[in-house]
Amino acid sequence: MLFVREAPRDDLVVRGARVLDPAEGIDALLDVRVDGGVIVGIGEPLETNAHRVVDGTGLVLAPAFVDPHVHLRTPGREDEETIASGTRAAAAGGYCAILAMPNTEPVVDSAAVLGALVEQAHAEAEVPVGFLAAISKGQQGGELTEMAELADAGAAGFSDDGRPVAAAGLMRRAFQYNAITGRRIAVHCEEPTLSREGQMHEGAVSAELGFAGYPSVAESLMVGRDLGIAAYERQPIHLLHLSARESVELLRRAQADGIEATGEATPHHLCLTDEAVRTLDPNLKMNPPLRASEDRAALIEALRDGTIAAVATDHAPHAEHEKEVPFEEAPFGVTGLETAFAALNTHLVEPGLIGLETLLVRMSAGPARIFGLEPPRIALGAPANLVLLDTEATWRVERDRFRSRSANSWLLGATLKGAVRLTVAGGRVVHEAATP
Amino acid sequence: MAEIRLVRETLPPAGPARRHLISISDLTRDDVERLLATARSFESALEREMKKLPTLRGRTIVNLFFESSTRTSSSFELAAKRLSADVMSVKAAGSSIDKGESLKDTALTLDAYGPDVIVIRHPHIGAPQLVAVVTRAHVVNAGDGKHQHPTQALLDLYAIEQELGRIEGVHVAIVGDVLHSRVARSNVQALVLCGARVTLVGPPTLLPRGIEAMGCETSTSIDAIRDADVVYVLRMQRERMEAGEAYVPSLREYTERWGVTPERLRPGQKVMHPGPMNRGVEIDARVADAQDALIVTQVRAGLVVRMAVLYDLLTHGPVAVEAAVAEEVA
Repeated sequence: MLFVREAPRDDLVVRGARVLDPAEGIDALLDVRVDGGVIVGIGEPLETNAHRVVDGTGLVLAPAFVDPHVHLRTPGREDEETIASGTRAAAAGGYCAILAMPNTEPVVDSAAVLGALVEQAHAEAEVPVGFLAAISKGQQGGELTEMAELADAGAAGFSDDGRPVAAAGLMRRAFQYNAITGRRIAVHCEEPTLSREGQMHEGAVSAELGFAGYPSVAESLMVGRDLGIAAYERQPIHLLHLSARESVELLRRAQADGIEATGEATPHHLCLTDEAVRTLDPNLKMNPPLRASEDRAALIEALRDGTIAAVATDHAPHAEHEKEVPFEEAPFGVTGLETAFAALNTHLVEPGLIGLETLLVRMSAGPARIFGLEPPRIALGAPANLVLLDTEATWRVERDRFRSRSANSWLLGATLKGAVRLTVAGGRVVHEAATP
Repeated sequence: MAEIRLVRETLPPAGPARRHLISISDLTRDDVERLLATARSFESALEREMKKLPTLRGRTIVNLFFESSTRTSSSFELAAKRLSADVMSVKAAGSSIDKGESLKDTALTLDAYGPDVIVIRHPHIGAPQLVAVVTRAHVVNAGDGKHQHPTQALLDLYAIEQELGRIEGVHVAIVGDVLHSRVARSNVQALVLCGARVTLVGPPTLLPRGIEAMGCETSTSIDAIRDADVVYVLRMQRERMEAGEAYVPSLREYTERWGVTPERLRPGQKVMHPGPMNRGVEIDARVADAQDALIVTQVRAGLVVRMAVLYDLLTHGPVAVEAAVAEEVA
């Protein structure tokens, strides 16, 4: 389900880092040795066997991150992102695996399109990448894609992300039929007749600024509908980019009722509220929109208690000329792969809203389990999927530093605390930076 | 859980230090009072025979209008001319904008002439912000989508102060389609800033959810205008009544419920309207033509207030305007 450029695995020893894998119950100053891309030693001190030694003093070595929700814009908008540039950005962000959404041009709705992507990933993906396929042909919400064939061709899951499946009847058919694929359906919850021309969260800020509102109920109504259908069909369901308090409450209740429902939240929804839109910066325009502080608080609480098991960047690159327009004309979406950990470390861990251990799990094992990927772990015999973090380093987010082809980050100009020093993905060193 | 702080504090400032008038929220009460005082001194200067002041001689002002406008564009143009500035008016129709040029490129092209001020009207929120970021000019927002129309609010304050002698404590009822009205938003901010009491009156579908946070009251009953010193009537936009877009069931029902008629007014209540009016829809013709209508006063106020705004932006902050005017006229 994951595809990557073939390359030799690396040998290395990370010396003296705080090795932190909450799932494995490890939190100690240790050495970790990797032979041919496999973890073969965890202890102190380890023989280096003439391997390259990375000094981990003062740094945290954790399982690398998994992003279940990125847009690689390939095929169709390679000016905005390619598999090569998007996976380089992922490597710089500490990711060892990412899943790409199918809302490309053309849409990933046939085994032919998916096959071409898989081939391209084998040629140029720096980090293992998986591809979700569309639920409906052309994401038009009319007819189901050939889900079984797509699953056989390597689809990591199914989603019409970018737009909702408006017709409940088709959504039900998708859940019914999905029983034979073994993949998870991921839903973008938006009732289009309620979101309509909405530019931002409907509330006091939209009332003052004059923007058409995109109310919370446009999301939560669909969350309720899709949880209901999934429960009725006894199928697992994943809720993409949750933004509203009401949606979180519905997810929590569904989980309590035994429904196999999961959810994700983005760094921008976890860090910002609709107040930020007052700047009219088009890099604060996304779908779903930034919501009120109660919504943000509910997302943080759900991430803390595990109701929301995954952080997803919803990395959505856009060409500079498309975002350099009045807010109302700008497309929805912001990038996030290269800033996710730093943003969340700065705005959630540092102020004490969530523990570092919890964040690391929600960025790694949490999303991996949702899509049936092997969770990255620091254990003997496990493939080396490691990230070396400097939680104290501060750096400034600047346009020309991105590996992504696009720079539509909501953090441009911001100073963040927390940097990725080394990423090992699938046994290969894919990113290394002496300074943030 | 620890307290959740706004992340916005850590984001870079919204704009550069160069002064613009994009939103009433850019202004303090002192700024508003200074602008109104400047406008008053221009008004007395204009009463002289020589109607032109040499104040902004050699300065260039560009009017960039992407939406049709009669009173705002003509008012800015005349204001600039009365101050002896060079004025260039660019309208979207017939320009490169028709050929699909982006706002950024249009702004950069005009910026090459080195204008001191760009006055912009645009159908989309955020357009003046963009022009402020990409050019070196001072930017004046002459209306951006449903967001703001700050010079309209300033001229309305001027007209109210002229008529009632004060703004503090005055009760203004704003009636009609608040949801789609940049005039309403700018006026609420400006009036509340200056200590007036504001009540928004209209159909529930046209009062934006959460607007009370701006410091005003709301009512869905036209009876709420009875208490007001000033009844400010908003234009009912016919395009809001199109099929599928209908915010009220019919214009007929709107007029019957919320139309401002002589019967619904008390004697002595002042009536304002930003124009253009739909007589017989939101405002009864008898109200529009009555003695207590300040509609023509508003237009006159528009000229001196826009002169004051241009003057203030180009003379960098509070100055002894009256002295300056007197000196230049003499």
